[in-house]
Amino acid sequence: MSTPISPLILLHPDDNVLVVRAAIRAGDALDIDGTRVTAAQDVTVGHKLARRTLAAGDKVLKYGAPIGSMTAAVDVGGHVHMHNMKSDYIASHTRQVVGGSEGGH
Amino acid sequence: MAEMRGFLRSDGRKGIRNVVVVAYLVECAHHVARRIVTLSDDMDVHLIGFPGCYPNSYAFQIMTKLCTHPNVGGVLLLSLGCESFNREALRQVVAASGRPVETLVIQQAGGTRATIEAGRAAVARLKVLADQTPVVPMARHELVVGTICGGSDGTSGITANPAVGRCFDWLVETGATCIFEETGELVGCERIMSDRAVTPELGAEIEACVQKAERYYTIMGFGSFAPGNAEGGLTTQEEKSMGAYSKSGSSPISGLIKPGDIPPSGGLYLMDVVPDGEPRFGFPNISDNAEIVELIASGSHVILFTTGRGSVVGSAISPVIKVCANPETYVRLSEDMDVNAGRILEGKATLDEVGAEILGLVEAAAAGDRTVSEALGHQEFILTYKSFEPVGPACLPTRAA
Repeated sequence: MSTPISPLILLHPDDNVLVVRAAIRAGDALDIDGTRVTAAQDVTVGHKLARRTLAAGDKVLKYGAPIGSMTAAVDVGGHVHMHNMKSDYIASHTRQVVGGSEGGH
Repeated sequence: MAEMRGFLRSDGRKGIRNVVVVAYLVECAHHVARRIVTLSDDMDVHLIGFPGCYPNSYAFQIMTKLCTHPNVGGVLLLSLGCESFNREALRQVVAASGRPVETLVIQQAGGTRATIEAGRAAVARLKVLADQTPVVPMARHELVVGTICGGSDGTSGITANPAVGRCFDWLVETGATCIFEETGELVGCERIMSDRAVTPELGAEIEACVQKAERYYTIMGFGSFAPGNAEGGLTTQEEKSMGAYSKSGSSPISGLIKPGDIPPSGGLYLMDVVPDGEPRFGFPNISDNAEIVELIASGSHVILFTTGRGSVVGSAISPVIKVCANPETYVRLSEDMDVNAGRILEGKATLDEVGAEILGLVEAAAAGDRTVSEALGHQEFILTYKSFEPVGPACLPTRAA
């Protein structure tokens, strides 16, 4: 009943990431600032995609504010998450780091 | 909609509930206290307590503020008998507040079975007295509202949190008191917050308290960032912080308080929850309910709890309104949610519309309606060790006025 809405939201004009508001599947065609990009993988709601090409060391901007730095390069439309960015304050942890019964592989 | 009404207390504050609390003063009295509450089978008889046997002035302060909270109409203290907690000092403060209070000491009352029986009779007497509390109309400026986020994900900071921020802005405009907290979850926002402080001196205090939080969490080894946050799309502490920060809305920040401090006037307050001094007792807040207890100790009548991953908790003493940020989570957990802020992501509602819905639910709770978690019987409670110095004079600029 409503017109289709983009699965990506830009929260602030200065941002270099977009937030996923509807789940994306690998192969989906995405429009990022007029550039057509094919999604490389499934990405769930709440995650971030690169709005432009980012290099290791670049600050990641969301809400118009820095939320950390890239640790590896990413292309436009690539997933920006734990594998390629880090905090500039306190390191984030995963269950594996903590160990215990959920730490095994 | 029904009008807001309050139970008038002797200090002039009004409660939106009239709860009888059963408070255990050491873990050794927990079972007996819980049995009394369970057997009372009354939605307005709640269990609170402090598990430690060693003395702690923070825990004493929080227990005192909770037992004299406007939502509390009567208190039963449950002691084993040999713990350090100063039960007589607490009893005197509650009695001086005009509330009915009784104390049971298990070692003197004949053990488990006899104390449970005596406790049930005591609760019945306290209920009768609490029911005599005058009920009077309550205005919006008399409300104290706290907010917390738990189980955050990448949607929290774009739907539920800014919607609560709108609600906070409207409450503050009409003279109500609003409290946001968890300075460890505001790491990265310190300069933006300090610019909103009503005085530069308060701004400096806010920056200092966030720096204290960053240092404290760094020594602990983990930020306030759980694995579920990352699964939900959040990557760093400061990203989570920016999302959490949006709960505060856009009003000026009137003061910086510590847990148990009652804000001196209406306005928006930041609560510094990170202990002072060298880390001694572990993580500042070991789970969401520890934060909720502190917001209530500072007088919150109602708590706005935003969640993306999906929390189901409520609280003892004050109703919790749960605002679900993520539309997919809402589908799975709709029976536990008061508000579906995920509609904003689907283009079915605006931030203002969801903010207005939240404000309506605050007023409904103050008119006596049960929130979802209340109706489900959620009354979580946790209190652990901490230590604080009193706030400095720059933290409450309005108090001098």
